[in-house]
Amino acid sequence: MSLLSDLARLIAELILIFVVLTDLILLGSSRLTSTIRLSAWQGMALGFLPLMVSRAGFGPTTLRLVTLGAVLFAMKGFLFPRLLLRALRTAEVRHEIRPIVGFQASILAGIAIVAASFWMGGRLPLPRPAPTPLALPMALSTILIGLFAITTRANALNQVVGYLVMENGIFIFGVALAQEEPFIVEMGVLLDVFVAVFVMGIAIFHIGREFDHIEVDQLSSLKD
Amino acid sequence: MVIAALILIPMLSGSLAFFLADDRARRGLLVAVALAHFGLVGLVWRGWGAASTALAEASGAWLAIDATGLIFLSIVSTLFLAVSAYGVGYLARERRSAHVDVVEHLYFRNEPEAVFTGCLLLFLGSMTLVTVSQHFGLLWVGIEATTLASAPLIYFHRQHRSLEATWKYLLICSVGIALALMGNFLLAVATPGGSEDSGGLVLGNLTRGARSLDAPWLKGAFLFFLVGYGTKMGLAPLHTWLPDAHSESPSMASALLSGALLNCAFLGILRAYQVCLAAGQAAFCQDLLIGFGLFSMLMAAVFVLNQSDYKRMLAYSSVEHMGILALGVGLGSSGAFGSALHAVNHSLTKASLFLTAGNILGAYATKSIGDVKGVLRVLPASGVLWVAGMFSITGSPPFGMFLSEFTILKAGFDAGRGVVAAAYLGLLGIIFVGMSSLVLGMAQGEPAEPMAPRREKVWSILPPAALLLLSLAFGVYLPPTLRDALAEMSRSLGGR
Amino acid sequence: MAGGLFMTLAKSLIHPILALIFAPLMLGVIGRTKAILAGREGPPLAQPYHDLRKLLGKGAVYSRTTTWIFRAGPMIGLASTIVAVLLVPFGSCPAPLAFPGDLILFAYLLGLARLCTVLAALDTGSAFEGMGASREVLFSALAEPALLLGLAAVARETRSLSLSGMQAAQTLSAWSGAWLPLSLVAVALGVVLLSENSRIPVDDPNTHLELTMIHEVMVLDHGGPDLAFILYGAALKMWALAALLIGTVLPIRVGLPYTWPVDVALSLASMLGIAVGVGVVESTMARLRMSRVPQLLIFATTLSTLALVFEFGGLIR
Repeated sequence: MSLLSDLARLIAELILIFVVLTDLILLGSSRLTSTIRLSAWQGMALGFLPLMVSRAGFGPTTLRLVTLGAVLFAMKGFLFPRLLLRALRTAEVRHEIRPIVGFQASILAGIAIVAASFWMGGRLPLPRPAPTPLALPMALSTILIGLFAITTRANALNQVVGYLVMENGIFIFGVALAQEEPFIVEMGVLLDVFVAVFVMGIAIFHIGREFDHIEVDQLSSLKD
Repeated sequence: MVIAALILIPMLSGSLAFFLADDRARRGLLVAVALAHFGLVGLVWRGWGAASTALAEASGAWLAIDATGLIFLSIVSTLFLAVSAYGVGYLARERRSAHVDVVEHLYFRNEPEAVFTGCLLLFLGSMTLVTVSQHFGLLWVGIEATTLASAPLIYFHRQHRSLEATWKYLLICSVGIALALMGNFLLAVATPGGSEDSGGLVLGNLTRGARSLDAPWLKGAFLFFLVGYGTKMGLAPLHTWLPDAHSESPSMASALLSGALLNCAFLGILRAYQVCLAAGQAAFCQDLLIGFGLFSMLMAAVFVLNQSDYKRMLAYSSVEHMGILALGVGLGSSGAFGSALHAVNHSLTKASLFLTAGNILGAYATKSIGDVKGVLRVLPASGVLWVAGMFSITGSPPFGMFLSEFTILKAGFDAGRGVVAAAYLGLLGIIFVGMSSLVLGMAQGEPAEPMAPRREKVWSILPPAALLLLSLAFGVYLPPTLRDALAEMSRSLGGR
Repeated sequence: MAGGLFMTLAKSLIHPILALIFAPLMLGVIGRTKAILAGREGPPLAQPYHDLRKLLGKGAVYSRTTTWIFRAGPMIGLASTIVAVLLVPFGSCPAPLAFPGDLILFAYLLGLARLCTVLAALDTGSAFEGMGASREVLFSALAEPALLLGLAAVARETRSLSLSGMQAAQTLSAWSGAWLPLSLVAVALGVVLLSENSRIPVDDPNTHLELTMIHEVMVLDHGGPDLAFILYGAALKMWALAALLIGTVLPIRVGLPYTWPVDVALSLASMLGIAVGVGVVESTMARLRMSRVPQLLIFATTLSTLALVFEFGGLIR
């Protein structure tokens, strides 16, 4: 039993490391298809997190936990990438052209964010024990890297990917540290995220048709 | 039972509206749902007493109507009724084929009307869900749903400026609301022994066991709620999407966005504030609310002066009033009552102004303040509403806004925050000067090209007039039931 | 006591001797692995030795445009690589030279060797060689932070600033407590190993097109004993980096006082394993486009930095 729970914790830690590594690679990648794909892998890995956290001895393993993981796996791993890739096809754009912060500088900033998250994570006293000491810093860095990507990417699609990364970070925090919300609320949250990506995909489609590109720094006719 | 009907009727008929091919039937459905919703809210009022709030909190149910929720629900329902009445005429006026954009004179087509009406009804359903949610998770789901349902409303006129506004709205608000989800999780971390043992993140349970909440994490949660829902509410400096979205959407949607939706986001902050209040962390939250409130008023004042677009002017005025709401709650005591009353009055007046702005836009085909002259002459009824609405929104007596703004001012002095009160008064003055010079400039004078006075349609005048009259009536006489509900709401916010 | 001292001295000399003898063999193993995976028989394992002997037996031809720098380059390069090998521990034997901070000397001895090769290449005045020199300098400048930051993470983990001290502190039980940063460093050093030794996916040692070469194009004008020095130096550099990887990061050893012969044997086996691994990587991957190489090296730097962050984060069990 204890060996099994150690193994589960090890896998949970590996998932967290994988997520942060994909965050960093995502920051340095200019190809839109590869950023979408990276976010998909991240989502698939996260699908296993609820199960691993519960097997590591934090909360019971219930059917709803498995369902949650499966839904997440399917949604973030397959549905979202397909939606986004379809929006990408209609926009006929392959690369992020001019990010506001360069790719190499973004990676450096990402590392700084990870370091800052570790610093912060070490200072926040958790009222309850966490499944792994990595959970809090990894959740924080994923949220912050997502925010960073949203603010420094001029491409609409990369902004959506940044939003998904941020969402993943919040999800890590929720699964690993907060007691789970009731099932129906969780499903509601997932439904909202799904519709959000869906509506954003439609918006990207319209932006691509209206402007012949999806660089949102060009959307600047409204200002005071 | 009533609550379920309140949510499900708009949701189901909204889904139905997507598939209704006949325009008339769809518009009829819109009005019928608005009437049914309004009637149901009336029913809730009839059965309502001050004890209901206590009951709602004690029951630990996820969906329940307390005083705060009921007031916001009534605002939503009243505005929706007015907007749908206005909308029947508005949608009939809109052309189906490609037509010319008033700003850049490029051709564009409208979104299919079925999508617009369907989203409008879904929007009503999700706002209702927000007002009746006692569970923080459900509240979050509702607020995110309002964003998603209202995004297509902004893009009704399919041209690139509204698309830009839609994108900013979607992305900025979704990110903000994602932060509020983080607030939910922090709140769950703050509950001792896990939230499930104590019945989940339900408002009543949380306030009852508030003393045992972990203070630093609770403060963190409030911060995330404030930033998250504050983005959606349009508190500066998180308001950047608001002027774009509210000026580019069709006027009937702007009225709902400014009058009803901003309040729903404010409700999210209030729920978090209630928990902090019960946990004895009010001082921390109040300073934040006052800071955000004053800063919002300042930003609004800066941008209202020299504004060249009258819909943007109204949007910045919304930023200002959201700041006043936050400020009132932050000042505490009678300020909370002031905020409650102010939310009601602001919604009525702002919706009326946006609908009137729609009339002006329809006649003049421009949104530029400089190009609109002589509204009083060309559109006599809309002109009167425009000027009266301006006096109301800037807080002149005898409108209800005067009463609520004065109450908040007094609360500022009572709380011993003279500097805050003085700054508040000064900013109100600046905005009054800015708005009145712009609005009066539009109302008077002669149009650049001679325009004959027009006979205005009843549908375009009656809804804004009714809303404005209601706000005027509340300035003169506050019905006892409403007063009780407002007092109850202000008590739950730590006021008197 | 004197016997103990003698033993320590003898043990510390084992690694340099092994390195000087077996370094070219690694190249042979890599070549053989690639040949087998490609379904060929391939050259004999001792082929690099034959090449070296052949080259040493030849005379050298020098262009009239070159100066003494061109002749000094290969010699200084080989000499500094040999000194670098002296700093690396092997098995459970400490290195002959060990002092706090020797990891920095190690990195810069390799840097000195590279500088000499680059200067010699530039001295020819050939456009091709200049191009190769510029690429070599760019990529090694990007690989250097990955190497140094990775070693810094290990230094933090083992609380030691000398390579031999790291090796002594790096036991299996210590490793299991810090597997996460150390495995990140291992991957980063692996990338550095490939890049610094001009291997696929960074550079193709067998390419015949000067335009795509990095390292090979720099030494086009060298011949005879000079080329032998360069080849031997390259083999030693590979050995040094591989030994560094298994010595300081991967504790593949028993670590008891009397098992040092076993440890040396285990380390030799690991060196063989690395050579085979490089061969497998070379046969299964394609060379990256030149513009993608910096991304790979930055990725390695990222891993090293992340490891350092983990170490200083203090959250590692």
